[in-house]
Amino acid sequence: MKVALFIPCLSEHLYPESALSMVKVLSHIGAEIDYVDGQTCCGQPAFNSGYHKEIFPLAERFIELFHEKEYVVAPSGSCVAMVRKFYYDLDIRRDLHAARDELAGKIFEFTEFLVDVVKVEKLGGVFPHRVTYHDSCHLNRELGVHEQPRQLIRTIKDIDFVEMQQPDLCCGFGGTFSYKFKELSISMVERKCRYIEESGAEYCIGADSSCLMNIEGYLRRHNMRTKTMHIADLIATSLTNE
Amino acid sequence: MNLKASHTKSYIKQALNNDVLRAAVDKATRTAVKKRADKVDAIPYWEELRYRAHVIKRDVIEHLDTYLQQFETQAQANGIKVHWAIDAAEARKIIHAIAVKNNVKTVVKSKSLTTEEIHLNTFLMDRDIQALETDLGEYIVQLLDHIPSHLTAPALHLSRQDIGKLFHEKLGVDYTENPNELLSIARARLRKKFLTADMGISGVNFAIAESGCLTIVENEANARLTIGLPKVHIAVMGIEKLLPSFRELAVFLKLLAPSATGQKQTVYVNIIGGPLHTLLGEGPEQVHVILLDNGRSKILADPQLRETLFCIRCGACLNACPIYQQVGGHAYGWVYMGPIGATLIPQYLGVKEGRYAPFVSSLCGACFHACPVRIDIPHHLLKLRHKVVESGHSKAIEKIGIKAWAFLARYPMLYRVATWFPGKVQKLYKKPFPVPGYTKERAVGLFDGKGFRRRYLDNEKAKGAKNSKLI
Repeated sequence: MKVALFIPCLSEHLYPESALSMVKVLSHIGAEIDYVDGQTCCGQPAFNSGYHKEIFPLAERFIELFHEKEYVVAPSGSCVAMVRKFYYDLDIRRDLHAARDELAGKIFEFTEFLVDVVKVEKLGGVFPHRVTYHDSCHLNRELGVHEQPRQLIRTIKDIDFVEMQQPDLCCGFGGTFSYKFKELSISMVERKCRYIEESGAEYCIGADSSCLMNIEGYLRRHNMRTKTMHIADLIATSLTNE
Repeated sequence: MNLKASHTKSYIKQALNNDVLRAAVDKATRTAVKKRADKVDAIPYWEELRYRAHVIKRDVIEHLDTYLQQFETQAQANGIKVHWAIDAAEARKIIHAIAVKNNVKTVVKSKSLTTEEIHLNTFLMDRDIQALETDLGEYIVQLLDHIPSHLTAPALHLSRQDIGKLFHEKLGVDYTENPNELLSIARARLRKKFLTADMGISGVNFAIAESGCLTIVENEANARLTIGLPKVHIAVMGIEKLLPSFRELAVFLKLLAPSATGQKQTVYVNIIGGPLHTLLGEGPEQVHVILLDNGRSKILADPQLRETLFCIRCGACLNACPIYQQVGGHAYGWVYMGPIGATLIPQYLGVKEGRYAPFVSSLCGACFHACPVRIDIPHHLLKLRHKVVESGHSKAIEKIGIKAWAFLARYPMLYRVATWFPGKVQKLYKKPFPVPGYTKERAVGLFDGKGFRRRYLDNEKAKGAKNSKLI
């Protein structure tokens, strides 16, 4: 099984550790890792802000780079949703339509890949802490992935998994929304962090670095005690603990 | 109250600073979400119903011309007078003409967003015709000179105390915040009006093409009195409100009440077959229906966005929306608010006036999941954002920034240099870059400086793996 890594911008520049953790876990389950050099951005930030023609070339080169791979896996639900679903809203070159379909069928978010494709039942690993899980909106609602990460968390030994109030409540990030409507976005993350803290968890696990950045930023600025952790980091750390 | 959709940014800030409003909206939406979930969870075939409703509405909207003609023929055969109005002004003119012809001085109204859309009340008042709202929420909102802040619960933004104070000041009654007493006060006043009104004006929930009937659902019986007691009844409906037959109505009645109010069914389902002479000797002498376009046929022209015409105005998307939950309905600046409002505002009012509305969303998708007709609201918001940008209503600086970034991202080397740079600068600066407003409440992540690619390739090199095709 050969897995091509799709490393979203935030993972590349701000949170490379989480992406490296994903590599560790994928290697652990015996996948052959294929790093596609020359990848940049899938175009999501511009698309979500209403810019389409600016990103045709980005979508086209992304499809060209990845469509012939066996599997493409990313540590982010929203970037996968962009490629799998929203590339269909872009007027890309006609000769790439078949490649787009092909790619849509083999690009997966990390936890989705582990559970639905590899059919991992038990990864092993130990993590003796109380954790809760935040559902990222695109992962949960665009890709329909909510059970998979929970299933993976539950297989970890000694972990104390608790659900927070409304785990699927948006954290208020929303890309450029967090800047365009700052006050609103902050009032949303304030509420999210309140629920996280009320859960009593030491770690808030998430599967998207963007939401985690938003949540972590608020928790840290307000000296709240819960830490955030990407699910790839959680699994990789648990495996090292064993 | 005169709101403007283009002022939404300042309304949002005002709402966020209004703790009383926020507490009321929070409480009301929480209750609504819970009540809805209880009912929906008890219906095992809920998802199938949603799909069916979607397919029915798609058929109706895509063959609207046929269904409208069928409805007109049938309604006329039932003795209902059918009027066509291309826009708000024409609808108001038709209503005024009917009022003048029948020497109407007082009008009772049951809740109708469509009449809010055409600003009917102020129009009638200016012509010395008294128009009184009879839905309790609308009555309260009218006393305050507000517009509704929710599709089905107009006074959702007010607390019991607000309403007690309002009744005390405007109606001269003793202050009470007991809901039952407040209800009795309103009821006593409204009953007299029903008995003396010259005309009743209502909206329409569903119009049935096959039989030319109108359906109005409600809980307070005020609609029943509005359409039944006065000698003239005018129903105002958007042209999208049609259903093929009563068979399809069954699907929608199952979906509407759980979605809107968390009820299994509304207390009343009124079906209007025509005026007095076709019934059993009860009812108004004249029934008029106004088929209002007011921009709907333009929406119909877009194969994707026409889905926004499937809306049955239940308000489930508002209750489910984490933004609406924070700021309420007035923040959107128009009679249709919340996620569905955000799609309708730029389509009805134009992209200039409505340029902010599609951006008042984190695209979380809670609205789509709550929608009984499966309107993919986030998807439509994205398309409307594109329309706003295409029509030149985005900020110049944003446009330049995005164009520059998108250009760099086409060339991995350039992109790498451009993204390496902030990492280096940040290393010297030693803390995250401040982003005005954003970083006040939130820390932002530090640029790694090295990045995944370098780290990964270095690791591989250390492992002795050969790296090929490095660009």
